[in-house]
Amino acid sequence: MSLTGLFLCTFLIVHLAGNLQLFKGDEGRAFNVYSHFMTHNPVIMTISYLLYASILIHSTMALILTRHNQASRPVKYAYQRPEANSHWTSRNMGILGTILFIFIVIHMRTFWFTMHFGPIPMVNYDGEEYKDLYTVVSAAFSNGLYVLFYVLAMAGLSFHLVHGFQSGFQTLGIRHKKYSPMIEWIGTYGFGVLIPALFAAMPVYMFLKTHGFIG
Amino acid sequence: MNITLKVWRQKNSQSQGNLMEYKLNDISPDMSFLEMFDVLNEDLQKRGEEPVAFDHDCREGICGMCSMFINGRPHGPQGYTTTCQLHMRVFNDGDTIYVEPWRARAFPVLKDLVVDRSSFDRIVQAGGYISVNTGSARDANEIPIPKEVQEESMDAAACIACGACVAACKNASAMLFVAAQVSKFAVLPQGQPERQLRAERMVAQMDAEGFGACSFTGACSVECPKSISLDHIARLNREYLGAKLTSNNV
Ligand code: HEM
Ligand code: FES
Repeated sequence: MSLTGLFLCTFLIVHLAGNLQLFKGDEGRAFNVYSHFMTHNPVIMTISYLLYASILIHSTMALILTRHNQASRPVKYAYQRPEANSHWTSRNMGILGTILFIFIVIHMRTFWFTMHFGPIPMVNYDGEEYKDLYTVVSAAFSNGLYVLFYVLAMAGLSFHLVHGFQSGFQTLGIRHKKYSPMIEWIGTYGFGVLIPALFAAMPVYMFLKTHGFIG
Repeated sequence: MNITLKVWRQKNSQSQGNLMEYKLNDISPDMSFLEMFDVLNEDLQKRGEEPVAFDHDCREGICGMCSMFINGRPHGPQGYTTTCQLHMRVFNDGDTIYVEPWRARAFPVLKDLVVDRSSFDRIVQAGGYISVNTGSARDANEIPIPKEVQEESMDAAACIACGACVAACKNASAMLFVAAQVSKFAVLPQGQPERQLRAERMVAQMDAEGFGACSFTGACSVECPKSISLDHIARLNREYLGAKLTSNNV
């Protein structure tokens, strides 16, 4: 759970760094070259299989864990005040994770599937043919509802990681007076705020761009 | 003060239980919660009804017997207290107070508010001990132990095995309890010989008893009457992972 979760967290950083090239304002050239690299480099391709496996293992373990934990209290309390002793995010990791899972499936159908199996337009840079994923991305994000779905899913990601990042370290027994405040800070502001906010900014930016609100 | 109680009544471990309503008048705000229950039980007995069964022993916050889930929280609304240390003055006149037993698969209800916590005893039997020669008392400073190490151990040893951690946890996990038992020995020289075996055996017994898994909500530590820290859970995870990776027990 923690190993796959934290691996997914490192993936988020790489994924974010690459996708930030959408903001470059070069009609997607940098982004398309980057996508080409990501789908052809053998090291990246190996890591991507690890990633698919991680998502599946993480989700399967999450399901088993959630069911096991529910079974550990067969008779529920008539009156309970969990908000008095714990945060909402920590108690709803399964729901937040399910939102993420649905998001990942739809997200991969829209972009990953199209990139691999088409149909996808081509573009020529300096005599070389590239798949024009940028055009696919702009088309998808010209749809307001689709953009809204992305923004909400990123809110889900934020809440999942505000708890999940710290929790992953705790599971591994990594807790120390000197380092835990730093882990908490990174989990809350880095993975809880900055990363989801930047991810959410992409569909919003593309929407505004395709609708001519910004240049 | 006048209060309304909604108390879980259940004849035995086989029967279905339900919440019963009782009204109590002229309760002194200086009474402890258990004394208020004594008044209720006297009333019930006078009326020829079965008194409410509940666990208690020391009534001074050290034995851990007084398990009651009060208004949605183990041991009631006040932090760092057991039910016997909770006083009626924290409630208001006219309040309705819910009282339920600990709820966990590993803590079956025996009667009313009494649950069977022998699963905790079996976890301790599995590894919560150190081997020493009995006989004459050992010299006091024979084994030097730094003060902060001794305090770390004592913080864990403060556990009174009341089960509030399990009762509070959304997963009915016993991690804080087991962590306290493992941690108090893991930091001391006397705990070293059985260190790996202890972590492995106690965790195995915890799982066998049907407790849930820790997902780090932190509810246990907040509700713990001895405020045992989540640091000990991290130590248990370290001890357990280390033992699994390096011990010779296959
Ligand atoms: C971007 C994808 C994801 C990332 C980065 C991520 C990250 C994490 C991390 C770091 C943890 C903490 C592990 C621990 O406490 O040991 C965690 C826990 C968890 N995750 Fe995820 N996760 C992701 C997706 C998902 C998905 C798709 C699901 C469900 C289908 C899910 C469900 C859970 C559950 C149930 C927990 C258990 C924590 C608890 O019960 O409190 N996660 N996740
Ligand atoms: S009766 Fe002993 S701790 Fe409450």
